[in-house]
Amino acid sequence: MTVLPFGDAALLVTHEDPVALGAACRSAAFAGVLDVVPAAESVLLVCTPGTDLGGLRSAVETLEVRPVEALDAGSVGIAVTYDGPDLDEVASLTGLDRAGVVAAHTGTPWRVAFGGFAPGFAYLTGGDPRLHVARRSSARTSVPAGSVGLAGEFSGVYPRSSPGGWQLIGRTDAVLWDLDRDPPALLVPGAEVRFVES
Amino acid sequence: MITVLGTGAQALVQDLGRPGLAALGVGRSGAADRASLRLGNRLVANPPDAAAIEVLFGGLALRASRDLLVALTGAPAPASVDGRPVGHFALVPVRSGQELRLGVPTSGLRTYVCVRGGIAVPQVLGSRSTDLLSGIGPAPLEAGTELPIGPEPSEFPLVEVAPVAPPPAGLVTLRAVRGPHASHAVDPGGLATSPWVASDRTDRVGMRLEGATLEPADGAGTLPSIGLTRGAVQLPPGGEPVVFLADHPVTGGYPVIAVLEDAEVDRAAQIRPGQQVRIRLRPS
Repeated sequence: MTVLPFGDAALLVTHEDPVALGAACRSAAFAGVLDVVPAAESVLLVCTPGTDLGGLRSAVETLEVRPVEALDAGSVGIAVTYDGPDLDEVASLTGLDRAGVVAAHTGTPWRVAFGGFAPGFAYLTGGDPRLHVARRSSARTSVPAGSVGLAGEFSGVYPRSSPGGWQLIGRTDAVLWDLDRDPPALLVPGAEVRFVES
Repeated sequence: MITVLGTGAQALVQDLGRPGLAALGVGRSGAADRASLRLGNRLVANPPDAAAIEVLFGGLALRASRDLLVALTGAPAPASVDGRPVGHFALVPVRSGQELRLGVPTSGLRTYVCVRGGIAVPQVLGSRSTDLLSGIGPAPLEAGTELPIGPEPSEFPLVEVAPVAPPPAGLVTLRAVRGPHASHAVDPGGLATSPWVASDRTDRVGMRLEGATLEPADGAGTLPSIGLTRGAVQLPPGGEPVVFLADHPVTGGYPVIAVLEDAEVDRAAQIRPGQQVRIRLRPS
């Protein structure tokens, strides 16, 4: 764990398991912390201005971080029709065929690492490493809601129509973001995600 | 109730936002210039987080359908009630049926119209703020929009005028500290020594600085994403820094080379496109 300054009202904490660190920080309910932002290899603690960052740093450094069991954060199945416009490209990049890409994507569970990009968008990690592919060289100006994509080590589902550069392998009818639901996001950090072919 | 008769470039309902939801992909949002919102709310004796109207570059016109007590803060847009000039940073009574109109501000970018009782549109995820990046919160105001006003607060106004300086029209210097990725610029000190100009590619998400470029170091394009705050200064591949404002993305993958001091972000939100900007870096 490394704690780095991030202006006068936040601390950036790097950690090998940001989901577990984020959960530990939330449970600790540190005084002055307004938001806990898990990301790829770090957690950002956003504080009320005037918070004693030195004291917070000491508290974080002595925090006990336990791995988050998938059951704690729930498990979500997402049914996918694998007919995305980049499926052939992904097959070619990975050396698999279309059926092989589908088998790899559905074969092992993913886990929600962090959010960002859009409300309800979740960066999923821990899938089959053969599916690590670069983003498209140029982004699409409009990716339909429900598109299932790959980029780097991540998989993700677009909660709404937006521009995007991920390799699209399929689509789902699952509703990723619904303000009338609590929480509105279907996928919350730590949750296990299993893709199934519909 | 208030009836919007017309808006200029943009008019939004804003309070102090919805902190705590970044893990769901929802940023805090809220007033771009929080200090001006707080000041206006204090003048009309609202709670500090009451919702007001954030007006971009003047041009708002509205009609009161009951007697209102209003305070204008932020960018000093010439204002009138039924054609009679009224001041900023002061209590302004607007009688039922009267019209409040804002012209173009003489400096600054965003004027806050704070109404005693607050703008009482329904909350979304605990806030009445419009987040333009997330698409959450009330729609931008347009002619014909009707805005409910909340109940009278229990507190009463204590002062009639707040002696504050309006946003400056010339060079603005913003204090910052080095960010976690300062070393991912070839010359991180260049942020402090370059004469920046606020770009017209500036909105509630962020203010782009142009007039110089900072060269990203090798490997700057492959950093893992980190959480972002209002005031984070990011260096995209083109080398023109972006100062994130109220509707910033919750995470991002380009190097964060500096972070403005929190209070400075309110001043940054009043900088107009074309205005000169300097960043003063202090060691963190």
